[in-house]
Amino acid sequence: MLRFLRWRLLQLGPVLLGVSILVFFGMHLIPGDVAQLLLGDKGTDADLQRMRHQLGLDQPVYIQYFRFLGGALQGDFGESIRTRQPVIWEIEQALPVTVELSLAALAFAVVAGLLIGVLAARFPHSALDTGSMVGVLVGVSMPVFWTGILLLIVFGGILGWLPLGGVMDGSLTVRRITGAPLLDGVLAGSWPIVWSAGRHLVLPALALGATAMAAIARMARSTMLDVLGLDFIRTARAKGLAERRVVSRHALRNALLPVVTLVGLQLGLLLSGAVLTETIFALPGLGRLAITSVLARDYPMVQGVVLIAAGVFVVANLLVDVLYVYLDPRVRYQ
Amino acid sequence: MKRVGLWVGLGLLIVGLVSAGRSGPAEAQAQKTLVIAIGADQTGMDPQTVQNNESGFVMSTIFDSLVNYRPGSSEVGPGLAESWTVSPDGKVFTFKLRRGAKFHDGTPMDARTVAEDLDRAINPNNPCFVPARKGVDTYDEFTFGSVKDNSVAKMTVLDEFTLRFTLPDPSAPFLSSLAMIWQGIMSPAATKQYNCDAGQHPVGTGPFKFVEAVRNDHITVEANPNYWGGRPKVDRIIFRIVPESATRMLMLERNDAQILADVPPSDYARVQNNKALQLYKQAGLTILGVGMSNDLGPFKDRRVRQAMNFAVDKDAINQGLYAGATTASQGMPPVLWGYNKSVAPYPYDVAKAKALLAEAGFPNGFSTDMMVYANPRGYNPIGGAKLGEAVQSYLTKVGVNVKITQYEWGAYLARYRRQPWEGFAIAGWSGDNGDPDNFLGDLFEWDIANGRARANNASRHHSPAFDRLIRDARRTTDQTKRAALYEQANKLLHDDAAWIFMNHTNQVRAARANVKGFVLNPLQMFFNMELVSLE
Repeated sequence: MLRFLRWRLLQLGPVLLGVSILVFFGMHLIPGDVAQLLLGDKGTDADLQRMRHQLGLDQPVYIQYFRFLGGALQGDFGESIRTRQPVIWEIEQALPVTVELSLAALAFAVVAGLLIGVLAARFPHSALDTGSMVGVLVGVSMPVFWTGILLLIVFGGILGWLPLGGVMDGSLTVRRITGAPLLDGVLAGSWPIVWSAGRHLVLPALALGATAMAAIARMARSTMLDVLGLDFIRTARAKGLAERRVVSRHALRNALLPVVTLVGLQLGLLLSGAVLTETIFALPGLGRLAITSVLARDYPMVQGVVLIAAGVFVVANLLVDVLYVYLDPRVRYQ
Repeated sequence: MKRVGLWVGLGLLIVGLVSAGRSGPAEAQAQKTLVIAIGADQTGMDPQTVQNNESGFVMSTIFDSLVNYRPGSSEVGPGLAESWTVSPDGKVFTFKLRRGAKFHDGTPMDARTVAEDLDRAINPNNPCFVPARKGVDTYDEFTFGSVKDNSVAKMTVLDEFTLRFTLPDPSAPFLSSLAMIWQGIMSPAATKQYNCDAGQHPVGTGPFKFVEAVRNDHITVEANPNYWGGRPKVDRIIFRIVPESATRMLMLERNDAQILADVPPSDYARVQNNKALQLYKQAGLTILGVGMSNDLGPFKDRRVRQAMNFAVDKDAINQGLYAGATTASQGMPPVLWGYNKSVAPYPYDVAKAKALLAEAGFPNGFSTDMMVYANPRGYNPIGGAKLGEAVQSYLTKVGVNVKITQYEWGAYLARYRRQPWEGFAIAGWSGDNGDPDNFLGDLFEWDIANGRARANNASRHHSPAFDRLIRDARRTTDQTKRAALYEQANKLLHDDAAWIFMNHTNQVRAARANVKGFVLNPLQMFFNMELVSLE
């Protein structure tokens, strides 16, 4: 197991190197000069030269790349062109928010998805089954920005049950411990903050998790149906076990494997969905940071964000692989 | 049994989260808090080191400049200086500072501390010299001149409350430039404490003190009870960063925000039809047009340029594509002094256009090129391509065939500003300091010393009579006389038809109806927020 982990972690290096090359040269392929963009319609030729020089843009691209790589290897991603703050600092502000949002969305997706899937499989072709599967189909088909706006208008605007975005009420301030608002509230032991941060998290988590939830529900239903038809289930029932126990202990665990694979795949979707969700719900996360940086052609920032996101994605998939071992005793890694 | 308890608990939590409703457990709103929703975060709040709107929005509540714009106007009035005099040759500006004002950190505001802050702009030996700092967007050289070409202003502290600037050349716009939020005065103690970069710890003398900034979420400022201009009427302002305009609109309707920094045209009616809301709208500090190569091709002939102005139905385009933007007739927007009210936009008159073309020797029209960009700009919210296409279809009717080429914005700028292009190009500008010179001089003046168009005069407009007026206006210290000169210059420019003058986009904001005392400023900043109250 340890060897496997070490091997997988070693693979992280080449993956990130590849990503860095793609991003770096991709960004530089876009026509137009960053220094010129920064100056906009103002500024003189002298300003332009100065700006180019200060940003190192007067160097050949490959030299710029090696400079960046050298810094990145030492954990220094440079300074944002737009805000002149260290890239790492900007990412530290944003990452916890996105992680918390993604985990909340994932939790919703897994719990609701499994619940719906299992119930549908337990009573196949019933009204419950058809109804939930139609609902799920709608969920899969709705793009995240649409789900988000809809939830916002209905629950935030018309009904006014839940807040309209942001991480917590404006009247509250929380001491920054992890940077994830809900977790910080828990760590600070402050109920008003936990309450407020929790309520602010509901709609974005639902919007972001909806697609994944739907996919999981469909997957859970079909694998569950397969498993429920197998011999050992019949045996379990024949032993006189309660139906609830048959489903939750015997069938579910076996039906879970493909679902776990799916969850791993959904993580990437969650990260990309975060861009839109965070924009709609005004959350200060990594997705927002990514989009603003791309639009502003903030090279160092984009490189930093993409590398971190790629790293998170790879590590998350690694965790999924590890999870297999615990779920399926047949799986062993060498 | 345990399980049941867990589920019940979870259920209660969910019900609770949902049903807590709009008030929540937050403390009673004894404090008057004004929430302003803005679309993007500040990138720093050290006035001399940033140039973007959102930074300016926040800084305009925290900082004063030596002189400030008068409420709702681009005219310069007292700021940290109570009064000032300008020498008859227009080169020496002497400011009398007000007594008893303090920076938010307790540092006294006097000639020495103000000079210490502005020294960063003009003294290359200052360890915090701003123009040399990496990647900094600064207006310092714009305001004070540049050390490199010896155009920089000299600053002298005459006594505890008197500060003097001596310019190498007379420049009346200097006062307007000093009033910009980008020349707000930062406490020199803060600059020292934060190692030349107090951008995330701003300390000014203004009506509000900085409290906190949470990246991409909000910025909070609180009332400065000792403000020299009087205590603000609200206790706190929170700038909430909300990128999605639909979300901002819902926040305003739900009273989660009281002011929106901008409103998309599609929401104008929604605000106007809601009694609890109010729409604020005026022509912005911008100009948009279609530039023509004044020195190349058929456009060398002024009659051709005029014909182009007659050939395009500007009002229709402004109604249809620009949500009712104000139609332009001259080189600057009507919110500025020096605007010539007696000059009307060229009417849409195809026959007249054809006649002028024939007179100029093009009875059958001609073919030419047009450069456009796609992205939206502050002065052109729909981007250049759509405008280009609209103009193109109008010009076909007078026999002018236009081939449009679209460039990515960065590439566009490089071509537009640095190459002798021929034909049409989308032109536009957002004002910096609210001085007419910043439009007429920057965009249409000839650089006589170097024998070429000034850097932003990309259409290469060249008229000695116009240049003389602009130069005289720059050397005149009396604003009434300057305004008269600019009105003449605008008339000349209109007749010269340097561009197809299109429009001035509107500055539009929305607020709850209970927000009193809020006025738009042509500079688009949140100046004078100490006068705003919540009823």
